[in-house]
Amino acid sequence: MALAAFYFGRGRSLAVVGGPSHGSVLHSLPGYYGYYVAIWCALPALALLFVWMILEPRIVVAMVISELPESYRSLSAGELDLLVNNIRNLATGDVVSVEVDQALQDAAILLNGYGERSRQLLAVLSLGLAGLGGTLGWRRIRPELRARNRVENVIRWMLIAASSIAILTTIGIVLSVLLEAIRFFQKVPLTEFLFGLNWSPQTAIRADQVGSSGSFGAVPLFTGTLLITAIAMFVAVPVGLMTAIYLAEYSSARIRGIAKPLLEVLAGIPTVVYGFFAALTVAPWIRNAGESVGLTVASESALAAGLVMGIMIIPLVSSLADDAINAVPTAMRDGALALGSTRSETMTKVILPAALPGIVGGILLAVSRAIGETMIVVMAAGLAANLTANPFAAVTTVTVQIVTLLVGDQEFDSAKTLAAFALGLMLFVVTLCLNVIGLSVVRKYREQYD
Amino acid sequence: MSAERSTLEKVEAGLARRRRKELLFKLTGMFATAIGVVFLGVFFATLIAKGSSSFQQTFLKLDIELSAAALAPDGELDLRYADFDALVRSALRAQLPEVSSREERRALNRLVSVGASYQLRELLAADPGLVGTTQTLWVPASSNVDMLIKGDINEQDDEALRPLSDQQIAWVRSLDEAGRVDLRFNSALFSNGDSREPELAGIKGAVMGSFYMLLVTITLSFPIGVAAAIYLEEFAPKNRWSDLIEVNINNLAAVPSIVFGLLGLAVFINWMGLPRSAALVGGLVLTLLTLPVIIIASRAAIKAVPPSIREAALGLGASRMQVVFHHVMPLAMPGMLTGAIIGMSRALGESAPLLMIGMVAFIVDVPGGFTDPATALPVQIYLWADSPERAFAERTSAAIIVLLGFLLLMNLAAVIMRKRMERKW
Repeated sequence: MALAAFYFGRGRSLAVVGGPSHGSVLHSLPGYYGYYVAIWCALPALALLFVWMILEPRIVVAMVISELPESYRSLSAGELDLLVNNIRNLATGDVVSVEVDQALQDAAILLNGYGERSRQLLAVLSLGLAGLGGTLGWRRIRPELRARNRVENVIRWMLIAASSIAILTTIGIVLSVLLEAIRFFQKVPLTEFLFGLNWSPQTAIRADQVGSSGSFGAVPLFTGTLLITAIAMFVAVPVGLMTAIYLAEYSSARIRGIAKPLLEVLAGIPTVVYGFFAALTVAPWIRNAGESVGLTVASESALAAGLVMGIMIIPLVSSLADDAINAVPTAMRDGALALGSTRSETMTKVILPAALPGIVGGILLAVSRAIGETMIVVMAAGLAANLTANPFAAVTTVTVQIVTLLVGDQEFDSAKTLAAFALGLMLFVVTLCLNVIGLSVVRKYREQYD
Repeated sequence: MSAERSTLEKVEAGLARRRRKELLFKLTGMFATAIGVVFLGVFFATLIAKGSSSFQQTFLKLDIELSAAALAPDGELDLRYADFDALVRSALRAQLPEVSSREERRALNRLVSVGASYQLRELLAADPGLVGTTQTLWVPASSNVDMLIKGDINEQDDEALRPLSDQQIAWVRSLDEAGRVDLRFNSALFSNGDSREPELAGIKGAVMGSFYMLLVTITLSFPIGVAAAIYLEEFAPKNRWSDLIEVNINNLAAVPSIVFGLLGLAVFINWMGLPRSAALVGGLVLTLLTLPVIIIASRAAIKAVPPSIREAALGLGASRMQVVFHHVMPLAMPGMLTGAIIGMSRALGESAPLLMIGMVAFIVDVPGGFTDPATALPVQIYLWADSPERAFAERTSAAIIVLLGFLLLMNLAAVIMRKRMERKW
């Protein structure tokens, strides 16, 4: 339809001035008049379509509910939701979980009827609006119409909309996580969450069961996360840094040409694959090695997850360190070498101190990555929330708990699921701080030597 | 003079130590580099060692008598209710006539996969005329037999700890001697959806789910990402708003992916009411996830277009919009596409946010659309890796090999594109 509008508009603009030979009388190129009409045609219709799609289900459901007998309408909101679901299933012919009586049967038929009517109405309305918009645009075509400017304005607004999606995403993350977290903190006090030492989120279904309250002290999760992150950084920072130094200072171009892409491959492997490797290869290996020297190692030890995570982060650390080292002016390096220091002395005494802020910024980014890493720990670390600093014991992390709390079917209002959002909020805030600091340090430092 | 000599002496005295340090430093660097590379080697070696066997699957050759009496007792063939299992069992028993007791029969029946009866059903659905004939078919063996043939079950182990008893192993061996056991290409791996039975489980459902998701992701994130990059690079006034957007995008690229999953759960599923586990929702979440990657890459590509081209076009009277869409964008396209491919390969490997929006369900059917319940290839890997059945471990490796194969192809495409369209200004 918009396509047709384009051709009509283009044709009209030429017709108004009397044929292609007089095209120069027009303010803009004929094509722009075509786009102009097409926009008039498509935009309002699409907007209507969008609004309709969002509002339609709610209105239809509300209408169906208002037709239900009194006994159903007096139900609580949750039960009503359930009922509506059943009616919907009935309408599509799926399995229904309650006894079907006449009222429900009627409601289902009604629902189908409303849905059908709504679709017809939508089709008529949107096509009508498109036609109306198209004609309106078509009639407005004059030689002096500044079609190009108007079309460009619309495009400009579209570009702005596209770029603000990034902002909207951030706002969406903050709002969705924050709102649910606030609901969680209404049920569980903030102090208990932040300072409690006991994490067992199983809330019982009946109030009289043992341990029905559930406890939400998140400290064991934080320490577990920190433990695994520390192990990972213990691997990644020295290895990544030395790799960057070796590749930047010592290796021949040929070795660099081979090693760098290989390390990039390491960065491109999906985390779930690392998780599989950690759980099925590294963890048993560490346990056997531990047993042979008489250590008891949990089969889901923090060490296995941390080691593999460290290897995953090596490329990140080494590439950021490489950037920082390369940003140090060559004059400083040459000066140190000319004074007779060896390469290692140049590196440790001149270049590294100069590159330190950039490296630290990079390490902060790596830490944030390690804290937010999910699949490796879900697959290789445990579920038990132990408060321990022993790398051979099983610990759990914030991300693992988010996954275990939210995977599977739960009602959305229990403290258990809301706890996942509270943890998500913590995760988001902490990683955001690390990222902001890390990124600004890295950037500032880069500019300093430019 | 004497002071100078003493400096020289001092330097020479320390020289050996310093050289040692230098060597040590260099060796440490070499070692560090080697760690990454060696890990990669070990990693691929284990993967291939574990996974390559699962591209083959053990099949048993059985002469199955499709007797009309057993299949259609009422004279009418009803594929839904016909007892194919019985046919398969009796065919198996015909091979080992010495099996008699109930216990033994049950043990024998466990050698063949339930897939055998599905195979029969499909055969008869395609050609109902086969009723009454005897067909020689290769039917899938159970996963335990498969592991025995591939050597993953140690016969020296305690019988109670093995999935197969001594007797079952003896049966398999005698079938093997009769030439009725063979390793063949495991087509089920590529043509089936998920299954509880390892020998029937395939990755097609997961691959299709991933495909639909990536389709949603690329159609949304590429235009939006490019548009955002164009605006930020070419039109945005340098003020606090554009600074904010810039900082924001850089930060979004570093937000843990699981947080995007929380966003998807709260916004797309709870607030907008989109169906759980659907490829559409997964695609939307991955769109938000890849958007920063694409925007950053596209901006770099636009920046690389020299200003002289813009100035020339402006000088000839083009509007700024025309400059961008007619000149800058075509020149920046290779860089943008490379960024898009890199974003897509990140989206393909991502699984944490998909767990949040319910794509971990056990789904047997191959999804046929955007709103069907689906799972994704990395999530399938996660599910299989968690499965207690040992036979799933090798299938997990196979799925990983397939996933890495896809990623390799995508990255190769990106590299080739970069090489081909590379342009020196």
